[in-house]
Amino acid sequence: MNNPKPLQTPLNEERVRELHVGDRVVITGVIFTARDAVHKHLAAGGYLPPEADLRDGVIYHCGPVAVRGDDGRWQIVAAGPTTSCREEPYQAEIIRRFGVRAVIGKGGMGHKTLEALRQHGCVYLHAVGGAAQVLAECVTAVEDVWFLDEFGAPEAMWKLAVADFPAVVTMDANGNSFHEMIRIGSRTAIARVLHASE
Amino acid sequence: MIDLIRRTSCDLPQDVRNALLSARSCESNDSLAASVFETIHRNVDLAWSKTRPICQDTGSILFYITAPASFDRAAFKRLAGKCVTAATAKGWLRPNSVDPITGRNDGTNVGPGTPTFYFEDGSEPVVTIKLVLKGGGCENVSAQYSLPDARLGADRNLDGCRKAVLDAVFQAQGKGCSPGVIGICIGGDRATGYEHSKTQFLRRLDDTNPDPTLRAFEEDILRSANELGIGPMGFGGKTTLLAAKACALNRLPASYFVTVSYMCWAFRRQGIVLDQTGHIAHWLY
Repeated sequence: MNNPKPLQTPLNEERVRELHVGDRVVITGVIFTARDAVHKHLAAGGYLPPEADLRDGVIYHCGPVAVRGDDGRWQIVAAGPTTSCREEPYQAEIIRRFGVRAVIGKGGMGHKTLEALRQHGCVYLHAVGGAAQVLAECVTAVEDVWFLDEFGAPEAMWKLAVADFPAVVTMDANGNSFHEMIRIGSRTAIARVLHASE
Repeated sequence: MIDLIRRTSCDLPQDVRNALLSARSCESNDSLAASVFETIHRNVDLAWSKTRPICQDTGSILFYITAPASFDRAAFKRLAGKCVTAATAKGWLRPNSVDPITGRNDGTNVGPGTPTFYFEDGSEPVVTIKLVLKGGGCENVSAQYSLPDARLGADRNLDGCRKAVLDAVFQAQGKGCSPGVIGICIGGDRATGYEHSKTQFLRRLDDTNPDPTLRAFEEDILRSANELGIGPMGFGGKTTLLAAKACALNRLPASYFVTVSYMCWAFRRQGIVLDQTGHIAHWLY
């Protein structure tokens, strides 16, 4: 397997369009967690503080375990991805409105998001679900947090500095979805398995 | 008790570790599937060495207690609630208990329905406490079928059950954090179907079902599911499931439910046996 491709935030359209399904990447820079509550809030036209600048940025579908030390500083102690398909109703609009260049999650997303990736030059990156420790090791600092009181810690928007955060491109900006390929293959396989037993 | 929570969240039982290791050897080197397993193994080692949660979604907190009839259940629930809140403050559990009406998460992990307790009267004087932490991602892909199902061509027999269960695995794709384990309940009603499909997760993955028909069913589901090519994380590969465990409950003439509970690879289960002084006599898994 080829070495992973390094991605530095902020990203740009040219860099994102070069990425293809199956590419492994490592991300260094800043990422913003956003999951169900934040997506619903933003898609409904909700307020986003100007410091949370998503332009050319990276959204991470993640509800981390965060603990506050005696010095008042937050520490991320577990931070794997959550299932992305729940954000399918909202994601395309958020990519368009905020100029997001990459979405990290797990499980893949649907046609509406795939079309938004193609149209706006964005990419979907799959992190290993459940790998909360491997991924938390990549978080070098908690830079800020918003919506903590309204949505609670797992649903808050955390601004995280990361180094060499690993992921795989599973939906690219050229209309390809690895998830769709696997789904089609498994549909054929299930028909074969059921037919063989009859 | 807090030790039970810590160990359940930060470690995997040996039978699950073994299943993950043998699954790794089925995948070809240099594949995406193999790289997922490498990440999984590194993650499991890191979690245990740092005493931190294997997965950030520490899930539904399910206690299964077997105790003599004289056991004070209300006192146990109060104690368990306190320990859950304390473990949450330590970062071993994520604050996961959310009011569905107001959206409020008070950070304690204790509220209506959380944690969940299942009590059973035991004939021995000892108390057994088992704990399962089940993440939301895999809970969301669990499914219940009512047979006959015209879409699947599934009748009210074992072949119909097989079609339903394989459909659940297909629909889940990688979203339940495959390679997973499925607990299956054939029969029962809508509530007991889910309840008993989940109690299958108390079984060790390497056990054998004492019922030969169900044993053959489990083996067939495991073999068939692993032919679907979904693989770890839905990246393609030979290991879509690590195990399938099934039970059967009597049903009403009108109903024929097949219930499939999906458990992610981060299968967090532990248990303790307490002696008569209330100390841990031994660990179960």
